[in-house]
Amino acid sequence: MMDILLAATTALLILGGAGFALVAAIGLNRLPDLYTRMHAASKAGTVGSGLLLLAVGVHAGDLPTFARALAGFFFFVLTAPVSAHLLAMAAHKVGYPLYAESVRDEMKDYDKRI
Amino acid sequence: MTVAQVIISYAVWLALVVLCVSFLLTVWRVIKGPTLPDRVVALDMLTGIVIGFIALIAIRTGFTLYIDIAISLGLVGFLATVAFARFILSRGNRGAPKGDMMKTFTASVPEPRRRSAARRSSGTGPAVRRKAKK
Repeated sequence: MMDILLAATTALLILGGAGFALVAAIGLNRLPDLYTRMHAASKAGTVGSGLLLLAVGVHAGDLPTFARALAGFFFFVLTAPVSAHLLAMAAHKVGYPLYAESVRDEMKDYDKRI
Repeated sequence: MTVAQVIISYAVWLALVVLCVSFLLTVWRVIKGPTLPDRVVALDMLTGIVIGFIALIAIRTGFTLYIDIAISLGLVGFLATVAFARFILSRGNRGAPKGDMMKTFTASVPEPRRRSAARRSSGTGPAVRRKAKK
């Protein structure tokens, strides 16, 4: 009974991770500009790969492996916003355009404020 | 095969198919992406999907050593994205499409600092200022 529960948890994590990756890929293709695509790629994509790593940790069933998987998950969750922020900052500073129907650009006078 | 193994086997197969589809969609964005940052975002996403593949292979084969490989691939992907961001920043406005920018946005786009521009105006003395006035 216990191993079926463990397998069901693992399967749920696997399918959830794959689903998040698929949602991220669809968002990457459907969203209109760079900055909105970044939402899909760096949030849903990171959660997708992180859930799959957690599934490995749960499936292995011993504490060291689970701790490594958890460490990997936290590593991805911590680094994805940093890289996405750097990339968005660089693209905005260089002048890549927002979507034409964007209503607000809070970074537009950033250089004057600092 | 026990019931648990059957459940995991089916889940892994389904997830492999779904990841293949999302991999192809992301590759399509890499090919199509109109600008360089689009491609960089898609490549970052591609790294994430490959990490997912590695995790699935780890579950299928039972080698938990694959977790370390996935973590190091994530590190390499992060560093590559950071390097690409620096490159985009230093490359300047080349390749950025013009025309369909928001008006308020165009008015405030700062000129990226370049060394050649600094070399051209070699000083800020009165002579240079007079030249600029003309």
